[in-house]
Amino acid sequence: MSSQIGLLPIILISIGVAFDLVGALGLIRLPDVYNRLQAATKCVTLGTFLVLMGVLAHTGWNAMGIKALLAAIFVLWTSPTGSHALARGAHIAGVKLWEGSVVDKYKEDTGR
Amino acid sequence: MDTLKRRLLDLTIYFALWLLLTWSLDWQGVVVGAVLAVLFALGLSGLLPEKAERLFSPVRLFWAVMHLLSLLFWIIVANFDVLYRVLHPDLPIRPGIVKIKTTLKSDEAKAFLANSITLTPGTLTIDIIDDWLYVHWINVHENLEDTEAITRDIAGRFEVTLRRVFD
Repeated sequence: MSSQIGLLPIILISIGVAFDLVGALGLIRLPDVYNRLQAATKCVTLGTFLVLMGVLAHTGWNAMGIKALLAAIFVLWTSPTGSHALARGAHIAGVKLWEGSVVDKYKEDTGR
Repeated sequence: MDTLKRRLLDLTIYFALWLLLTWSLDWQGVVVGAVLAVLFALGLSGLLPEKAERLFSPVRLFWAVMHLLSLLFWIIVANFDVLYRVLHPDLPIRPGIVKIKTTLKSDEAKAFLANSITLTPGTLTIDIIDDWLYVHWINVHENLEDTEAITRDIAGRFEVTLRRVFD
């Protein structure tokens, strides 16, 4: 591992951080928990994935790079599952949709 | 595949994961990893789904790679979609929870479909009940009663590949 950071890791990590930032902005700007989860899931998944790929590109195939790769795979796999659990839990707990929402089939069908 | 074979496969996966994570062949670490892998393989319920062996065919693996590539493409599209909606001054959203009917049969296929839908533009799976997926859609632009069109919009692009991987 060299202390000099190459071009590819810098590009990957910069794009990743930029998408993480958009996800954070979405958390603030969007109106309700479901819309916020949308922003949080998509942007933070890709953002974190790219940051970890940047780490892999920087360190190469050693202990740290492999850990970054495994973490990236787990993030990609588990973050949609986590957001599903949060959204379902919020809905069951009675968190209302934003007033501008057009339809709620889940409530119509399950009565929750 | 009988239980013993599945347990052995689980054990191999756990042990390989341990070796990758520790990234050393120091004998003490390897012994600890082996013991933990055995405990996990015996103690936890199976890692792989029933009849997992039918999934290990070249054709299915090819379609799995195709699915991953298309997923990666749609994840990138989804991020620019969020970027546009979040940074736009008027916040162009029209959210709602719609339901779609999937034609996929197996549980694994449905789980992967739900996760794929969550990662793609403007949609977030909330629950699966039988063949129905309840999806939060950030920009509802179809006729609400037209379930077929909604299903095609949200799930169509993944059902094609997932059906060939799992069903």
